[in-house]
Amino acid sequence: MPDSNKILDTSLKSGLPDVKDNPEIHVAPSPHIREIKVNTQKMMIDVLIALTPVVIVSVYLFRIYAVKQLFICTASCLTAEYIFVRMRNRPLTLKDCSAGVTGIILALSLPGSAPWFVGVIASFVAMGIGKIIFGGLGMNIFNPAMVGRAFVMIAFAGLMGAGSYENITGLVDAVSGATPLSALKFSNTPALISHLFWGNTNGSIGETSSAACLIGGLFLVFRKTASWQIPVSILLTVLVLAGITDLAGTGSGLFLMHQLFGGSLMFGAFFIATDPVTSPLTSKGKLIFGFGTGLLIIIIRLFSGYPEGVMFAVLMMNAVTPLINRWTNPQPMGEA
Amino acid sequence: MGLFKLKGFPGTGNFRHGIHPPYNKHLSDESKVEVMDTPETVTLPLLQHLGVPCKQIVKSGQMVRYGEMVGKGEAFVSASLHSPVAGKIKKNTVVTMPNGMHLPALSIQTQGEQISPQKLWDEIRSKHWPRDCISIYDPFTIVKVIHDSGIVGLGGAAFPTHVKVTPSDTRMIDTLMVNGCECEPYLTCDYRLMKEAPRAIVAGALLTARAVSAREIVICVEDNKPDAVKSLKQATEQTVIKIAVLKTKYPQGSEKQLIKSVIGLEIPLGGLPSDVGVAMSNVGTMATVARGIIKESPLTHRVISVSGRGIKYPKNLFVPIGISIAQVIDFCGGFTKDAARVIAGGPMMGFSFSDFNTPVTKGTSGINVLTHDEIKSDQETACIRCGRCVDACPMNLVPTRLALAARYNNPSIARQYHIHACFECGCCSYVCPAKINLVQLIRTGKKLAAAS
Repeated sequence: MPDSNKILDTSLKSGLPDVKDNPEIHVAPSPHIREIKVNTQKMMIDVLIALTPVVIVSVYLFRIYAVKQLFICTASCLTAEYIFVRMRNRPLTLKDCSAGVTGIILALSLPGSAPWFVGVIASFVAMGIGKIIFGGLGMNIFNPAMVGRAFVMIAFAGLMGAGSYENITGLVDAVSGATPLSALKFSNTPALISHLFWGNTNGSIGETSSAACLIGGLFLVFRKTASWQIPVSILLTVLVLAGITDLAGTGSGLFLMHQLFGGSLMFGAFFIATDPVTSPLTSKGKLIFGFGTGLLIIIIRLFSGYPEGVMFAVLMMNAVTPLINRWTNPQPMGEA
Repeated sequence: MGLFKLKGFPGTGNFRHGIHPPYNKHLSDESKVEVMDTPETVTLPLLQHLGVPCKQIVKSGQMVRYGEMVGKGEAFVSASLHSPVAGKIKKNTVVTMPNGMHLPALSIQTQGEQISPQKLWDEIRSKHWPRDCISIYDPFTIVKVIHDSGIVGLGGAAFPTHVKVTPSDTRMIDTLMVNGCECEPYLTCDYRLMKEAPRAIVAGALLTARAVSAREIVICVEDNKPDAVKSLKQATEQTVIKIAVLKTKYPQGSEKQLIKSVIGLEIPLGGLPSDVGVAMSNVGTMATVARGIIKESPLTHRVISVSGRGIKYPKNLFVPIGISIAQVIDFCGGFTKDAARVIAGGPMMGFSFSDFNTPVTKGTSGINVLTHDEIKSDQETACIRCGRCVDACPMNLVPTRLALAARYNNPSIARQYHIHACFECGCCSYVCPAKINLVQLIRTGKKLAAAS
C-alpha cells in the first residue's frame, strides 16, 4: 500500500552516491511481496469468462429473449449497486465486477419469457436486499442473484412458474414446450438425453446446456476461482441419490440423466453454489455444503410442488453456512 | 499432501498448506561467497539476539583486539558480543534496527594490524574440519564455549544457541535437526555455505549433538538445492548424520513445519521443539559452533546474501558483524534505478531498513532490495471469504477471522481462534485476493488479545 509507505529522505545520508540516486525508498511491514496473479476483480472476471459459453448458448437458443434478459439484468444490477452504494456514502465498488456477475447469473436463471419488469425488480432485490443491506460485497449471507430470483419467483408466480416456460412464442421450435424436468414430473414425458446435454430444451436461458456449464465450470475450477469441492460434492450427491431413486423405479437411467443434465443442476453447481462469499471457508465445510445442497435439490425435485430445486437448496445451505463454518473450524497445528 | 516422498524418515517431507512464492534464488545462487575487507568502523548494537541486551564491558577510548569480548551476556537468555576488528572503542551511538528498536551500540574504529577476513573464510571452507575425535570435547565445555562465543541462531530470529543446547532434566533431546531449508525467497547464504563449507557444518552438528546428547542428526534441505545436498552427502560420508531432502515450499524452514515434515510430530501449541525431543539450529550456526569450539574464535563474521532486482550485482558475502549496510550495498554495485525497498532477511518475514547506517547484525541473513514492481499492491477490497488464507495457513488457522477480530476489536474471538499460534509467516497476506493486510492485522490482534 503506497500510502502507508514512509518516504525516506535519503539525501540526509552523506557519502553514499548510489543511495542518493534513489530518492524513494519505502518501508513497510512484512510480507513485502504479494501474489500478483489474483485479486478480487480478476476472480470476478474469471467468472465472467467462464460464463461466456453459457451466454453464447443462451443467445443461440433464445435469441432476442436472451439478449433482452441479459441486458436488462446486468444494467439493472449495475444501476442498483451504484444507487445503493451512493446512498450509503461508500466508495463505488462497480470496478470489482461483482455486480456484473450477479446480473449475468440472475439473467441466466430467468425464463426468456419473463417481462422486463421482472428482471429489473429481481436485480434491485438482488443488489439491495441480497447484498447491500448486509454491508456489500463479502458481507451477504445469501447468494444475491438467488435472493432476487426467489423474490420474483414468488411475487410473480404466474410469470415465473413452470407454465411460463411453455408459453414462449417465436422461439425456435426445438426449445418450446415444457422444461424437461416439468415434463418428466408432471406428464412423464422424457426428453432426449443428447438434447439435455447440449441444451436444446426449454428452461431458464442459462441452464439448458449442461455442456456449456461444464466447460465454463471446469475453467473456474481449473483457475481455482471456484473450489472443486462444492461442484464435485453436489454432483456426486445428486448422482448417488438420483441413481438410487432410478434403480428403485424403472431402472432405465432416464430419471438419473434428467436429474443430472436437466434443470439447472450444472449451472447451479458450478456458478451459483460456488459463490465464495456464501459458501464455507474450509475444504471440509465446502464438502458438507455441497452434500447438503445436493440432498436438498433431490428432496425438492422429488417431493415438493416445484419441478426444480437448485435455487431453494442453495439459499437454504447459504443459511446454514455460518453453522458449517463453526463445525469445521480447523484445529491449529499442535492442538491435540 | 501430494506425491512428494521422503524416504527413511517418519515424516512425509511435506507439511499442510503453505505457498509457492517466486523464489528468485537464481539471482545470487551461482555467486561464490566473496570476502569483504575490514571496514573503518563497525557498529555493534548491544542487543543482536532475542532476549536481554548484553552488558558493555569496555570503555570509550580503550583498545580491543580481534575477537575480544566487548559485551557480556550475563542473563541466561542473552549472548555476548565480540569485536570483529582490532581497534579503538569510540563513544557509544544509537542505531535504529529494522525491527523498529532503537538501541545503544558500541562503535569501534579499526586501528592497527587486522586479522585477514579471507583467512577466516578459508578456514571455514577448508576440508580439514574433524569428523571423528569429537568425543574429546566434553558436553559441558561445548555449551560453555557456545555461550562464551556469543553464538546465536543465524537463520534470522537470533535466539541464543546455548539456551537451546543446555541440557534439561525434563526435556530429553534425541534428534538434532540442522535447518538448511532457506525457504524465504531470494536468500542464498545458507545454500552457498552448504555448498562451499559443508565440512564446518558437519563438525558443528556433531559437536552440538554431543552437547545435547542427541542420538540422531538430520540436516534438512529443500529439494531445490541439489548441489547443496550433493556436497553435504560427500561431507557426511561415514558419519551418523542423515540428510532429509524436503519439498520446496514456504515456510518449510519454520521449525514447527520442519519437524512435522521430517519426523511427523507436531509441537504442542505454545511449545518448543524440545517438547518433541528436537533441538533445531541453522546451518550457519553449526559452522559458527565448529569455529567457536575447534578454532576458539567467537562469532564475529557471517555469510549474508545481498540480492533482489534492486541491487546491481547480487552477491553472497562474508562480512564482519557491525559493517553498515550502505557499505555492503555499495560493494554490490549499489541500487538499480527502480529499487524501492531494502529488507533485512527475506521478503516474507524480513523487516525493511529505514536507515542505511544500520549495521549488519548476527541475525541478518541477507539484504534484499525489491523493486517498485514487486512491492506494488492493488487496492484493498472487501473479504469475499474465499478461504484462500485458510488453505495457505501452515498453522491451520483461519486468518480472515483473526484479522477481522482484530479490525473490529474483538479479542475474545481472536483468542478463541488461537491467534497466538500464528507465527506471522505472511502466507495469508501473500495469497489474499482482496489484498487485505491479514498478518499485519493479526499482529494488532495479538496485542489486543494479550491486553484484555
